[in-house]
Amino acid sequence: MKNTFEGIEPMVYESKISVPYSWWSGDTAGEFLRSLRDDKKLLGRRCGDCARVYIPPRKACPLCFAEMEWAEVSDTGTLLTYTVVLRRLASLPKDPPVIYGLIRLDGADTAILHMIGDIDPAKVKIGMKVRARFSQARKGSITDIEYFAPLSQ
Amino acid sequence: MDRAAIIGVGMTRIEGNKKTDTYADMAWEAVNRALEDAGMEMDDIDNVVTTSNDFWDGRTISCMAVGDASGAANKNVSCVEGDGTFGAFYGLTRSLSGSYDTTLVTAHSKGSESVSSLITNAAFDPIYERGLGLDMVSASAMQARAFMHRTGTTQEQLAMVSVKNHGNAMRNPMAQLAFKITVEDVLNSEMIADPLHKLDCSPVSDGCCAVIIANEKKAGKYARKPVWIKGVSFCSDSYHLGDRDLSRSKSLTAAAEKAYAMAGLSNPRKEIGLVELYDAFTYQELMWLEEMGLCGEGEAGKLLAKGAFDADGKFPVNPSGGLLSGHPVIAAGLIRIAEVVKRLRGDENGSGAKIGLAQGTNGLCGQSHCVWILGKDK
Repeated sequence: MKNTFEGIEPMVYESKISVPYSWWSGDTAGEFLRSLRDDKKLLGRRCGDCARVYIPPRKACPLCFAEMEWAEVSDTGTLLTYTVVLRRLASLPKDPPVIYGLIRLDGADTAILHMIGDIDPAKVKIGMKVRARFSQARKGSITDIEYFAPLSQ
Repeated sequence: MDRAAIIGVGMTRIEGNKKTDTYADMAWEAVNRALEDAGMEMDDIDNVVTTSNDFWDGRTISCMAVGDASGAANKNVSCVEGDGTFGAFYGLTRSLSGSYDTTLVTAHSKGSESVSSLITNAAFDPIYERGLGLDMVSASAMQARAFMHRTGTTQEQLAMVSVKNHGNAMRNPMAQLAFKITVEDVLNSEMIADPLHKLDCSPVSDGCCAVIIANEKKAGKYARKPVWIKGVSFCSDSYHLGDRDLSRSKSLTAAAEKAYAMAGLSNPRKEIGLVELYDAFTYQELMWLEEMGLCGEGEAGKLLAKGAFDADGKFPVNPSGGLLSGHPVIAAGLIRIAEVVKRLRGDENGSGAKIGLAQGTNGLCGQSHCVWILGKDK
């Protein structure tokens, strides 16, 4: 074994890569975010070929490679899977516990990622119905939905 | 497919914090070990493929900074961003092209030098998803739950993967976390993201691996008996997690079926005698086995409990200890290939297997997979 550091402290260079980005949302995400902010409505896209409704929306069908058109989906849906994060992972936007879920909105064929709230983490279940809770001050971002809450409440 | 073989492998020890080596130093060590293993000199290498990720290296165009230490001076050197199995696939095509007979493939990362949670968070779509704060661990926890819900796989069965793999690592001098633990130890370890405990997750690691691939013309010309590449395939699924059935891995099933067909395997469960797969989390070992058709749906956990995947059995799975015992991302899949090669050659206990499978994955929750079927005999 090497003894390079016997009796001395290893040298560390502390640094970071800090590059600001400004992503244009583009036609598709732009319209989705505008609708979320101004109308509290969730817009998906329906494929002209396979008729599947995608949310989050994108311009072309990822499977058919065909053009899609706008299709409004419900603000209610079904929880397909979830996790309760308990460790303060560096990516978390707030202190744990944080519940993340994949939600298939009524009228959509794909699911969206978001947070689950207004519920005891021990009571979350796959298959439960949830509804989007919109933020009071909406800025045209995915967090204009604060979280999804159980439908019964 | 024209024939090609793996004629040398080398790797560094996998460690939690390699204080004495930069990533180029690790490449230097792994490449020298592979050359020594193959009985080759650097002049015998026709071209080089390095595999890396700029975010983990903390340097843009990071592949340009590893070529020197990989012996690429004055050679054609190219780079793959992703898991090492994908770098090796590119290396294989270069040897098969006939333009280069021998290809050196390296893959490295030093997880200890940055913050993996922030790096994997940045893999999510910046407009629709990233701000929610998911990372690889929390996303994988959702996949674990979806898989358990569909198949009835239990938390105890997940824990048994950790017990087996950390135990197997006790016979692997390159492993980072080699220890004997119990199912209770796993279940009592910190719950990071339900259902994944700390001991259900692979550690943050540093390491590098190097593999030398040769086409048929050169495969038998050096010191080691070649290990033949019988079949290889990779497939990719949709980017957005919600487009997929997260409890399944369609792209893995497709990649495995294509690799079996190329290798001429009609009954892979019987013909394959050794598996090294990408167990970044305990559930992945069971899920990937099922999705590759190597056992029935919902059966992997039960078979594991019966000892069917033990290192000394007929169908060892991750006899090296897998990634749960050391997970340098990017290098991870190339290490799976090297571990299969060592065992088919008989350098390490391979339970006498003649055919082995190595699997690597890239992207969140196994978006794409690369499956290699390697054979002792031509």
